[in-house]
Amino acid sequence: MIIKRNAADMAAALASGETTSVALTQAHLDRIAEVDKEVHAFLHVDSEGALAQAALADKKRAAGEKLSPLAGIPLALKDVMVQKGIPTTCGSKMLEGWRPPYDSTVVSKLRAADVVILGKTNMDEFAMGSSTENSAYGPTHNPWDLSRIPGGSGGGSSASLAAFEAPLAIGTDTGGSIRQPAAVTGTVGVKPTYGGVSRYGLVAFSSSLDQAGPCARTVLDAALLHEVIAGHDPKDSTSINAPVPAIVAAAKNGNVKGLKIGVIKELQGEGYQAGVLNRFNESLELLAGLGAEIVEVSCPYFEYALAAYYLIAPSECSSNLARFDAMRYGIRVGDASGVSAEEVMNLTREVGFGREVKRRIILGTYALSSGYYDAYYGSAQKVRTLIKQDFDNAFLKADVLVSPTAPTTAFKIGEKADDPIAMYLNDIATIPVNMAGICGMSLPSGLAEEDNLPTGFQIMAPAMKDDRLYNVGAALEAALLSKWGAPILSHVSGLGARA
Amino acid sequence: MSLKYEDVIAKYEPVLGLEVHVELGTASKMFCGCNTIFGAEPNTQTCPVCLGLPGALPVVNEKAIEYTIMIGLALNCSIAPFSRFARKNYFYPDMPKNFQTSQYDEPICINGFLDVEIDTDEGIKKFRVEIERVHMEEDTGKSLHMGGATGRIHGADYSLLDYNRAGIPLVEIVTKIVPGTGKYAPEVARAYVAELRDILRSLNVSDVKMEQGSLRCDANVSLRLIGSDVLGTRSETKNVNSLRSVERAVRGEMIRHAELLNKGERVVQETRHFQEDTGLTRSGRSKEQAEDYRYFPEPDLVPIVPDATWIETLRAALPEKPSTHRKRLQEAWSVPDKEMASMINADVLEIVEATVNLGADPAKARGWWLGEIARIANEKDVTAADLPITPKDVAEIVALVAAGELTDKLARQVIEAVIAGEGRPSEVIETRGIKVVSDDGALMAAIEKAIAAQPEVAEKVRGGNLPAAGALIGAVMKETEGQADAAKVRELLLKHLGQ
Repeated sequence: MIIKRNAADMAAALASGETTSVALTQAHLDRIAEVDKEVHAFLHVDSEGALAQAALADKKRAAGEKLSPLAGIPLALKDVMVQKGIPTTCGSKMLEGWRPPYDSTVVSKLRAADVVILGKTNMDEFAMGSSTENSAYGPTHNPWDLSRIPGGSGGGSSASLAAFEAPLAIGTDTGGSIRQPAAVTGTVGVKPTYGGVSRYGLVAFSSSLDQAGPCARTVLDAALLHEVIAGHDPKDSTSINAPVPAIVAAAKNGNVKGLKIGVIKELQGEGYQAGVLNRFNESLELLAGLGAEIVEVSCPYFEYALAAYYLIAPSECSSNLARFDAMRYGIRVGDASGVSAEEVMNLTREVGFGREVKRRIILGTYALSSGYYDAYYGSAQKVRTLIKQDFDNAFLKADVLVSPTAPTTAFKIGEKADDPIAMYLNDIATIPVNMAGICGMSLPSGLAEEDNLPTGFQIMAPAMKDDRLYNVGAALEAALLSKWGAPILSHVSGLGARA
Repeated sequence: MSLKYEDVIAKYEPVLGLEVHVELGTASKMFCGCNTIFGAEPNTQTCPVCLGLPGALPVVNEKAIEYTIMIGLALNCSIAPFSRFARKNYFYPDMPKNFQTSQYDEPICINGFLDVEIDTDEGIKKFRVEIERVHMEEDTGKSLHMGGATGRIHGADYSLLDYNRAGIPLVEIVTKIVPGTGKYAPEVARAYVAELRDILRSLNVSDVKMEQGSLRCDANVSLRLIGSDVLGTRSETKNVNSLRSVERAVRGEMIRHAELLNKGERVVQETRHFQEDTGLTRSGRSKEQAEDYRYFPEPDLVPIVPDATWIETLRAALPEKPSTHRKRLQEAWSVPDKEMASMINADVLEIVEATVNLGADPAKARGWWLGEIARIANEKDVTAADLPITPKDVAEIVALVAAGELTDKLARQVIEAVIAGEGRPSEVIETRGIKVVSDDGALMAAIEKAIAAQPEVAEKVRGGNLPAAGALIGAVMKETEGQADAAKVRELLLKHLGQ
């Protein structure tokens, strides 16, 4: 079945003429039609648009045009990224029916590379959450066990990969929203260096932390996609104006001999599931066996990362989400003669925003208020500086740092819905990377013995050293594959009967 | 009966504070590439960025930074080596993002001053107005409230929003408190705004049209008992859109405050709106409870770190100061202080200069602009510059008078006709058939007729009573419909009567 192949293999099949992009796209659309009622990875499927893009890619190929390595390959786009004319909701009722009049830079780059966009994937509302349960359109189900969460906020993108509805996906990662879903679905996800991929057209949650990145089933596929979307964008002032590191070459290299790998002392132990730690330690042994030197490093300020994150991200979100006021786009509630604009704004926001979004807007509004600013937002920024220093010090001792991606495997839908703190703890190992603006990858490290569910291995590298993630990731991936004999996703059980 | 101004200043000392907003004359907006043409069709100069669409990001207009630095340098400010934008959060329908991107605690220019001169009964007096800061921000859109009687939001049936103005670059120039102006406070306020306007004009960074809102002044006024060093409560008067209004607003507020204080009432800290028709202010938004704008650094923009050599290049290229320029003109034209001051007061200096540059004699150019044209402007309650007569027209008229082709009296007719829209001077002369009657024959005929009509007067003249000739000359002028050269008539008449 072609849909089970990796993107790189699909690209080879297109190049050799074994299949066409239209056929490949149709195969994925069929798969979506078959399984997405249960998975609910997609909020919108653009069959017509996808087939048209596929036909265009085929035509270019037939005409002998020079094509990008991913030309004609289908992709799932997280619904937080705007695509001209295609509904973009961010998983929120607020934006129901909105069709953006412009393309995000990521979409422009995908189009330029002739990547076929299948549709928009489900997510926690405005990317706030770790389970995709906060979507106004219902949760996404983990293909490994449909009663479990696929992680979040980008659960739709990762689930679509694990369910073979798409070989590639775009995610966004503010505190772990690419990496944690990757970990709990047995897929690969990369949060690039902050500024490495343009944020233009990414509906902002927390501007200083948000970063779009690639989601895939292999390290090489992620690198191929990363290369398409990365690079300086004059429309994003925070985008880095420097050459993109040689990530595809690194993903093809996979050599850790002599590399120093730092294990972060603070990101293990209490709160981490035994099976998660066991798989993590086995991966470390494999890396050591490949010639890497394993060292332990300490990042003492990580203890405050979660608390600081939950001041900075809500503060920025309270301002970013202020524009949803029913004046120009999205839903409008209570508009009637004699009702003031302010009342319409209030009624619309009451109906349009979900509980978690309201919680964070209120939290952020409070943290920025006069008299509280220094104690909350100000202190959180200081913590952020200290976390950066922790990383700087650690990177003096190691080329990359590693940890488990998420402390547990996928939990049951509804299990943590009423306990925001328990939910927030999912991101304890991923948040520091965003706070420091560096890059991180999660790749599958095997199944936990307790529940036979995927665990994730996180690799972290300094800013603009994204190539190191791919080098180490590729080495570990190859070692694990030879140990397992088959890719981890061959064990996906939730949709087993049909897979 | 309101309090007399003399009584106000006998008891109280006014303290001024002036905030001036200037729309920069950049071709594109502050954070996007949209046009900034005044008066365009509503909502035709907008894009995802200035409409605040989800996902859109700002990029700073470098020209706006350059202009702001030039303004800072011209106002003797220090240019901050590091400054930042901040978000000022508040909800309003014409604010696309519901936050204004502005500068808060890290403005680009600080600590400057501007010296102004005013003409008083005690001679020319100098005042130094200290500048606290010059910072950049974006303008909001415009709300048009329809259906109500007042054009205000209360009582309106509905409102229309025009976002063409949203994102226009604004510079805000804030003075420190200005004490010590005493009874001259209104004149100092006016002179400050006028001087500032002239500087901005000389820098060519804005079209500084107060009536179009490209230069807007908020006048803060408070009173304290003479000898006290405790500041009184201030009011902030907005909507002051002419130089004359600045003066009137300050004087009006001083009287209003004094009346309240004399009655033992307190001044409310509030925004007040200046009413052009009455010269009074009306109560606006109360500022008793400080609004919490929850400022925080704009995460979508990088800090502004201007290159020191760039600043020095800009400093070196600053044009001649308006005050220096005026001194130079005054010397070149040999104009006494008083007359220079009246040109400045009537706001005609620039037009006079333009007229002189077109070849007119300085004294004549000054005479027309300060005389006939100023008189008509006064009648119409506009400034001379607003009348549809140009320096070129006046230069042409001056030349015609010098060539003897127009008399002063005829020239006045031509000026009136040009202002009435009858065309350029040459066209007016052509259509109206205006010409100086210098033909001796035609004049002699008119003289004979006048003598015949008033023989007794002619006798007096013959007898040596020369002043009596005036009546005959008048009759001749009447006969020739003012087109005769009066000096010539006199010469011929006296000769004819043997004198």
